[in-house]
Amino acid sequence: MSGGRPITEDDLQGYIDDAIDSRRRGEVEAYLAIHPEVAERVAIDRALRDSLRDALAPIADEPVPAELNLSRLVDRHRRPRRDWRGGPWQVAAALMLMVLGGAGGWGLRSVQEAPHAGIAALAQEAADSYAVYAPDTGRPVEIKAADAPQLVRWASRRLERPVSIPDLSGAGYSFIGGRVVPTPHGPAVLYMFDDGKGTRLTMLARNMAIDRDSPMKLESTGQVTSVSWSRDGLGFSLVGPLDRARLHPIADVARAQFSGPI
Amino acid sequence: MHDMMLLIEPLIPRLRRYARVLLRDSAAADDLVQDCLERAISRWHQRRADGDARTWLFTILHNLAMNRIRQTARRGAHVPVEDASPAAIARAPDQESRIHQRDVMQALDRLPDDQRAVLLLVTIEELSYADTAKALDVPIGTVMSRLSRARLRLRDEIAGREQPAVPSLRRVK
Repeated sequence: MSGGRPITEDDLQGYIDDAIDSRRRGEVEAYLAIHPEVAERVAIDRALRDSLRDALAPIADEPVPAELNLSRLVDRHRRPRRDWRGGPWQVAAALMLMVLGGAGGWGLRSVQEAPHAGIAALAQEAADSYAVYAPDTGRPVEIKAADAPQLVRWASRRLERPVSIPDLSGAGYSFIGGRVVPTPHGPAVLYMFDDGKGTRLTMLARNMAIDRDSPMKLESTGQVTSVSWSRDGLGFSLVGPLDRARLHPIADVARAQFSGPI
Repeated sequence: MHDMMLLIEPLIPRLRRYARVLLRDSAAADDLVQDCLERAISRWHQRRADGDARTWLFTILHNLAMNRIRQTARRGAHVPVEDASPAAIARAPDQESRIHQRDVMQALDRLPDDQRAVLLLVTIEELSYADTAKALDVPIGTVMSRLSRARLRLRDEIAGREQPAVPSLRRVK
């Protein structure tokens, strides 16, 4: 042991758990080689660790019981009114829906199930805008890229805050234009991008009353993926016919451009 | 929602295991995991996007487990005997292994809850020391000292068991 850092108890634990770097590992091994009583102790600790792992492995191999089925739990969370544990008001609301449902039917049901607030609603609105405008061959945008300053002025006035257009050219998508579109939560600006080979991405941005600073949320429905987030009360949702692994980095690029002071 | 499914679903067997060893009662453990999953679903958007989903879930589960253990202790309720037996958890002793699993499970069972939690998160769930500290909301130094004490205790217990079954006879000359 020539002047190196002394071996500590933490080093021994780290050695047992394979949690130290290879240099330190070598130093611990050198120490153990000349301290057989410590080496024996460490060997027992490792054997105990392996034994515990073997003993507990079967629990993690058991089939997961139905009540822990995540899809069901998510469904229940999305439709809390079906769960009558919520108290008299929820029961009343559920009864009323049942009464109305008898007369009104499916329309009400879809209203009830649509995300009605926050990032989830933004993602839905962005997906809806994408579905309407992205396939439009005649007039996908109202204001073309050449008139970008005009679009920025229009959107900034309607959103009552300065907005800017993200640059996705690094990802191979050039800005082709945009428009202001309506949402249940007020005006939004829709930007459209094209890769020159017919693949279009849209980005919707609007003010957020809730979820004003939200981390990225990915959602895939059918062929379309959306990545949505918000910052300082402005929500963004990037939508495109790409899988998550491809859309996510593009959204990161866009988010980074909005991460400075707005 | 979909990314949540992808991140959470594979962890459910591990969450069940952690809860079962902490609570020593498989039905109560699954209730706890259900509670944990429901909270995770409703708080998914509040979690930090760059945070590790596994650490986050174990944090929720651990807090729920500790609350439950405290409540149970306050009510003076007893753990059902059949579930309390470590043999209910452990596999039959393996002739090949140097240390009997049943002995290890009994020793684990006798550890204080805080030491057992650290040992499980580090050695079974393979969380880093830093993530274990996060999940248990303690400084990393506390994780290290609990880990060291847990291992010392396990060693001592196992060493005690490896004495011959009839030690009193040995002392007779």
